[in-house]
Amino acid sequence: MTMADALKDKIQDVFDEPACGTNISKSEQQRKKGCAKPLTPGAAAGGCAFDGAKIALQPIVDVAHLVHAPLACEGNGWDNRGAASSGSERYRTGFTTDLTEIDIVMGHGERKLFRAIKELVAKENPPAIFVYSTCVPALIGDDIDAVCKAATEKFGTPCIPINAPGYVGSKNLGNKLAGEAMLDHVIGTLEPEECTPYDINIVGDYNLSGELWQVKPLLDKLGIRILGSLSADARYRQVAMMHRAKVTMMVCSKALINVARKLEERWGVPFFEGSFYGISDTSDSLRQMCRIMVEQGADPELLDRCEKLIEEEERKIWLQLETMRPRVEGRKVLLYTGGHKSWSVVSALQELGMEVIGTSVRKATEEDKERVKEIMQTDAHMFDNMAPKDMYRVLKEAQADVLMSGGRSQFVALKAKMPWVDVNQEKHEPYAGYMGMVDLVRAIDRAVNNPMWAQLREPAPWEGDLSDIGPMPPLKGACPVTGIKGQGPAVVPMARPARTPELAAAGTGFLGASANPTDFEDDC
Amino acid sequence: MAKITHPKRALSTNPLKSSTPLGAALAYLGIERAIPLFHGSQGCTAFAMVHLVRHFKEAVPLQTTAMNEVSTILGGADQIEEAIENLRKKSNPRFIGIASTALTETRGEDVMGELKEIVRRRDDFADTAVVYASTPDFEGALEDGWAKAVEAIIDALVPETTERDPDLRQVNLLCGSHLTPAEVEELVRLIRAFGLSPIVLPDISTSLDGHVSDDWRGTSLGGTTIEDIGRMDRSAFTLAIGESMRGAAKKLEDRALVPFRVFQSVTGLKPVDAFIRTLMSLAGLQDAPPSIKRERSRLMDASLDAHFHTGGLQVAIAADPDLLFALSSTLAGMGAEIVTAVSTSQHNPVLERVPADEVVIGDLGDFEDLARAAGARILVTHSHGRHAAHRLHLPLVRAGFPIFDRIGAQDICRVGYRGTRAFLYEIANTVQSIHHRATPEDFGAAPIPEEFDHVPHAQTC
Repeated sequence: MTMADALKDKIQDVFDEPACGTNISKSEQQRKKGCAKPLTPGAAAGGCAFDGAKIALQPIVDVAHLVHAPLACEGNGWDNRGAASSGSERYRTGFTTDLTEIDIVMGHGERKLFRAIKELVAKENPPAIFVYSTCVPALIGDDIDAVCKAATEKFGTPCIPINAPGYVGSKNLGNKLAGEAMLDHVIGTLEPEECTPYDINIVGDYNLSGELWQVKPLLDKLGIRILGSLSADARYRQVAMMHRAKVTMMVCSKALINVARKLEERWGVPFFEGSFYGISDTSDSLRQMCRIMVEQGADPELLDRCEKLIEEEERKIWLQLETMRPRVEGRKVLLYTGGHKSWSVVSALQELGMEVIGTSVRKATEEDKERVKEIMQTDAHMFDNMAPKDMYRVLKEAQADVLMSGGRSQFVALKAKMPWVDVNQEKHEPYAGYMGMVDLVRAIDRAVNNPMWAQLREPAPWEGDLSDIGPMPPLKGACPVTGIKGQGPAVVPMARPARTPELAAAGTGFLGASANPTDFEDDC
Repeated sequence: MAKITHPKRALSTNPLKSSTPLGAALAYLGIERAIPLFHGSQGCTAFAMVHLVRHFKEAVPLQTTAMNEVSTILGGADQIEEAIENLRKKSNPRFIGIASTALTETRGEDVMGELKEIVRRRDDFADTAVVYASTPDFEGALEDGWAKAVEAIIDALVPETTERDPDLRQVNLLCGSHLTPAEVEELVRLIRAFGLSPIVLPDISTSLDGHVSDDWRGTSLGGTTIEDIGRMDRSAFTLAIGESMRGAAKKLEDRALVPFRVFQSVTGLKPVDAFIRTLMSLAGLQDAPPSIKRERSRLMDASLDAHFHTGGLQVAIAADPDLLFALSSTLAGMGAEIVTAVSTSQHNPVLERVPADEVVIGDLGDFEDLARAAGARILVTHSHGRHAAHRLHLPLVRAGFPIFDRIGAQDICRVGYRGTRAFLYEIANTVQSIHHRATPEDFGAAPIPEEFDHVPHAQTC
């Protein structure tokens, strides 16, 4: 079977996901098209499959991530995410084969890759090298599987082919293909020194700005060990040992559901979906995690300890949040995130007296949407996506006090002179667990209460009432610039042209927004 | 309103302020072909000169009446006369600015009276303007000395008038001591953009801007001309930059009926807006030139980009009052928190408007202690703050006088829309340069077990 055929099969395999509700409700025809919306030329914004694969695996900190590609794939994309490491910094180093025209035309790709691996082993001696295929080598038929196999045998360092060239599809597909690579080549290859009933896997968290560490103290207190991680602050060995955990928590996303399901099928590790965003979510996740562990043979007293911890931590955090209430109370929030976040932070914000005027339910499941309705008591504030110009208008008209969204709508808010809080993956602050909620509210406080906004919204010196400025008497003497003497005419005051009122955007949807075929924030 | 406090202690540790006569000397250096003359012992001049040279990286003309034990006791009038004579012989200055020092002030000389007598007697001194300001070292700081010198120049050289015949295109720009040459230049550019012609007093933008001239003179190379000072009475308006220039502006009004407005700050969006609005009124324009409108919109964008870094930022700042107010109010307007404010001179009422709970009239020792206690994240003060920065492991944004461990201090511009933009970038970039690598321990989490770590050279399969 050729590489291309193998990849095709793999893609069909991940498109068939029995554990995913959305997936099984699709017709056979629809399922073949995959999870992501079809990519529309001229109206697509998200990343490619390679991007998705890299994002899913790069947080494995001690691995050397080698991108087999012309420069763009690594050169334009490296060092741009804030996944934190408590150990090796190798994952931050950008390794690429930097394919040139000669390499491509002469078919030197495979050889160059092999040499690059050799140099990398000599230079870094990493626990493993992940070799990412990309569009060009896939197109010219470089067999990275074969190169990796040969290199592994020759150098003794596991070389793992990550077969997710950009053109095969979306970021989401890339995530899944990365997961498949782990299942095929890494998971189950190492055994832990000892197994305990309190070992878990965390899948789908990337420890952005240290979010995993905001939750870890809770796990520490319950005596729970993060055995496997894909891939927050993970070591290669932790990925290789994932099959020995007692439960897998899938964080925030169904992107790696194939990994979770196959861990269950192959090694009997049950999984659940949870989230550490928001207070109730964090508590629910802890409860569910402990419940499954007890089912798997942990001491039932874990459940009592868990409840006690939740009670204590929730009380502590609410005490802290309560002191911040006056700073954020009554503020109107427009949430533009999606998925579980459509509702997971809403309840906490509402509890603090903030008014959530709208929340997007992009990428949210039916279940998520039900939760939104339940929390907001209506579905009137639910919208799918919003075009930038509509969002600009909503913010400009001050229908909201703050936009909470991902990086792409940042400038829509800022240019409308509206506060913005980053709640997506590029953010620089961690907002996970109980303590993360305090950080989030603090960030909202810092954004909405910055005195800068009032200054920016005031009229410029040449706007507003100008009646006090009259014309100057005729010039006497010489012009200070040209030196020309003269008794010129009186200076005629320059007047600004009258403003044309901005055309109100016609729309019928949420907050008067028109429906938008493409989701410009589509990047998760 | 900030509370002004004076620490109760005898010991001053690591001085923040530079001396009053040095401020006067700096102002005098903004006059064309000037030589500042310290009336005091040689050392007063030597220290000040080294200070100035370290900051500007220029040869600075600064002379002394070289008071000795005998002249100190008997009176220094002869020393002054001799100094003027020698300076004229050697460098032929158009202007000599005399600043008294602690030594001569402690003795208590009537220099004004003596000087009048000398000038009356020595008509050969006629083509050199001699100005005297009383600037004892023990009273005030650099900013006060500068202000006194500017007032003395106005008193001596601006004609008194009883009738107004203003040149409507001409404005006076009185620059406070906190403005760098580049900042004076920027204000001049803004004024000219409205078709107005400014007379800048003192104009260090042409004398201390750091340039190579074609000849060597023992005087200042550039600055306000004596003739221009003599024309200041005909200006339509006086723009005074910094609260410390109010006295000088008032003097101009008293002598020549020139109305004035004091701009306590020309850094930050709103203060610059006020300045531009005044220029529009003076020019009779209901609109601003496109370039300036563009600069304003670029500043707004810079503010948006910078506010992520300035919001909630704890800042410790120490400077002379006008500079302290300009920078701290700009940062506070960007959501920063001024946790420590230390200043030098209690004479400036603008201190009460500093956006901090307390302004301590103190030294860099206070600054360091207070910044540590308040948990400041960046320091803003002059170069001597580097010791505090080193001990506190905090970045230092250099502002004020002296800046001797960086070159180009004269080119720092934090006024106008453009200068404010640069200042916001400077602060935001300083914040971003603070390298902090988060660890599990930061959040109270146990470290990841070592058994997961890769052991190099171990065979894996």
